[in-house]
Amino acid sequence: MYVSRRMLLGCAVVAGLGAALSTVASTAAQAWEPKKPVEFVIMAGQGGGADKMARLLQTVIEKNGWASKPLTPINKPGGSGAEALIHLNGKASSDPDHTIMVTLNSFYTTPLRQPNLKVDIATFTPIARMAEDTFLLWVHKDSGIKNVDDFVAKAKAAGSDWIMAGTGKLQEDQLLTDFLNAAYDLEMKYVPYKGGGAVAKQLAGQHANSTVNNPSEQEGFYKSGDTVPLAAFTTERINIFPDAPTFKELGKDFVYLMQRSVVGAPGMSDEAASYYQALFQKVFESPEWQDYRNKRALQGAFMSGDELKAYWMTERENHRQMLEKMGAL
Amino acid sequence: MEILQHLFDGFLIAFQPLNIGLVVLGVIVGLFIGAMPGLGSVNGVAILVPMTFLVPPTSAIIFLAAIYYGAMYGGAISSIMLGIPGASTAVATTFDGRPLALKGLADKALVAAAVASFFGGTLSVILFTGFAPPLAAVALSFGDQEIFALMLLAFATFVGLSGDDIPKTIFSIAIGLVLSTVGFDIISGEPRLVLFEISGFLSQINFLVLAIGIYGIGEMLWTIEVSRGNSMMSKAVITVDRMLANMKEVMGTWKIATTSSLLGYFVGILPAAGATPGSLMAYGVAKMTHKNGENFGKGEVAGVVAPEAANNAASTGSMLPMLTLGIPGSPTTAILLGAMVIWGITPGPTLFIDEPELVWGLTASLYVANFFALLANIFLIPVFLWVLRMPFTILAPVIFALSIIGGYAATQRLHDVWLMLVFGVVGYLLRKLDYPLAPAVLAIVLGPIAEQKLRQSLIISDGDLTTFVTRPISGTITVIAIFLILMPVFKMIRDRLRRGTDSAA
Repeated sequence: MYVSRRMLLGCAVVAGLGAALSTVASTAAQAWEPKKPVEFVIMAGQGGGADKMARLLQTVIEKNGWASKPLTPINKPGGSGAEALIHLNGKASSDPDHTIMVTLNSFYTTPLRQPNLKVDIATFTPIARMAEDTFLLWVHKDSGIKNVDDFVAKAKAAGSDWIMAGTGKLQEDQLLTDFLNAAYDLEMKYVPYKGGGAVAKQLAGQHANSTVNNPSEQEGFYKSGDTVPLAAFTTERINIFPDAPTFKELGKDFVYLMQRSVVGAPGMSDEAASYYQALFQKVFESPEWQDYRNKRALQGAFMSGDELKAYWMTERENHRQMLEKMGAL
Repeated sequence: MEILQHLFDGFLIAFQPLNIGLVVLGVIVGLFIGAMPGLGSVNGVAILVPMTFLVPPTSAIIFLAAIYYGAMYGGAISSIMLGIPGASTAVATTFDGRPLALKGLADKALVAAAVASFFGGTLSVILFTGFAPPLAAVALSFGDQEIFALMLLAFATFVGLSGDDIPKTIFSIAIGLVLSTVGFDIISGEPRLVLFEISGFLSQINFLVLAIGIYGIGEMLWTIEVSRGNSMMSKAVITVDRMLANMKEVMGTWKIATTSSLLGYFVGILPAAGATPGSLMAYGVAKMTHKNGENFGKGEVAGVVAPEAANNAASTGSMLPMLTLGIPGSPTTAILLGAMVIWGITPGPTLFIDEPELVWGLTASLYVANFFALLANIFLIPVFLWVLRMPFTILAPVIFALSIIGGYAATQRLHDVWLMLVFGVVGYLLRKLDYPLAPAVLAIVLGPIAEQKLRQSLIISDGDLTTFVTRPISGTITVIAIFLILMPVFKMIRDRLRRGTDSAA
């Protein structure tokens, strides 16, 4: 039973030899166990996509009894995740082995924008990429907007009175807003909120004209028919929103996904890193997580170790270019 | 009548042996967690989420809601007995609960807290039963301008009070507001007020750290000075006669309890607010409207009733947007929401249709939880009073230790323990100088919400301030708030006129 499980694990790893080696390494290092409750930092506010996911991960682990010490989630939404990054950075010298974080794309943008934070994500410990979340353009059903053409026409007419609500300053949502403004020659006004939950509420209450929420953030309002997805920032259509075309289909070659990854504090010992990597691989393969991925139409395969770090470096470069284009650097 | 049928079905679910057992267990666990300084319903619910996998989702949410509820009752206990807020939601309960205990009337304060909690809880569950979907729509209609106006109103209730020294109140609010801006600014994404370049100030000052400092440490220092080593803790006793007299007096505050419950419930419904602002606002409004308003802060029963009715009402209220909109109204409901997602339940506008058993089972269990929490509280009063009969030489170190634990437990940062001690000493000095401290606590809770909503509104309106008065709801609230702020001026003018006519006569 044990052997076949290992083999299964090995097969599931996409990256082949490198990752298989790390699986072996993690088997050897199983001896390491956390000595106290593990701080599970969430780089965003309560109720948003990142928050819900973090709490799901925590509960899957606790439900199955996979960790000897509990994970205690802490929200640190301040400054587009800067608060969380600094917190992790600070752990490098004190206790790097008991702090992990659920992270998003502000993992790239915030350190780029604020070099004075002295955070270099290359020093952070890659644990696991659990998924890539998708973005869609949303409007309220009472706006009467049915497709992107309607949207562009109305937003153009409204000029800077068109309000786009989003999470945080100069991060994912604002990058997408900026893309839309540039691609369709719009002047939408971007208003930052604390988390995806608050943003979704702004649209449902019609205090904002549009948002670029993740599916999980709009799910409730979409189900009740209050909000409508117009188009997706993905390569392929998202299966739960078959009527929303991709921007690619509409002739704009723009794809933007949000990583849902787990990262460890800089300076984490190899033993601890292997422990968390193995733990989150187990979570990734659990029926609960797979079910969540399907329901929320999450994309992106499992990634860990050096492969994940390489992915981070590519994404950081992409974001640097986007921010430079916006004149934000 | 369809609703009554649903509710009846809900009671059948709530009275199943497993569920009723979980309600009782949850309330007791919550009571203790709430009574421990620093630990509140957030911690309790978060710690116990994984345990709920042993039972079906309906029982699980009933259990977690009972903990949430019990903690709302429990928070008052240490606020009254030790002067340390047991949970963030019970900060306002210390304002009058503590002075009552010092006067030897702890039993009265405890009865008031328990009965008011029951009242607020039950009234809000009734509202929840009858009007959940339409109230959810009202919550959605509140935009940035409306929430800012509401925050303005909360501040106004604290400034426009008769009796208190107004410049000192404004000074106290200002301190709280300045402290509330420490850390990162959400809107610009830049750090602010990183005092002395200490990295601990990169994140927000948790207001519980301020509250425990002022009310735990500061209060202890104050009592030591006043008592000079006498074991002056009250000789509170409890007899059946006294209990009945207490009950009677508490019943007399039903008006305050009703307005506070409604206010708390409403603030709880609004996403972004929650039970803590709800209870503080209720205290402010009660102080302003009550005939003995000037006695608030010196040990007035109504001053315990108002925040306790409000925080229980708000906790029920905050479940409403969670269930009907999928948006948590408080940190605790955010965790409940996460748990529901894992049970495979999607909260949102369709929940009432998709999961009637869960919704109505939960609703019915809230009635039961309220009733049980009331009983538990009343019967435990003799136990609580026994704590108070300990000499202060024993109690003071206990308060000190609990404050340190509470300051650390809230954020788990040693930085905050030091900060709490500083606040304690400063709070003690300010108190000696007759500065009211409650406004500072109010400001640090409401300041961040008010600031964000102000700036978001102004971004939307291109900096046009009239946006607050041209929208009907925010306009009405803003006008009331401005009127309240100006009330002391009106009063001064009236007094002067009257004196003028007196001397003329």
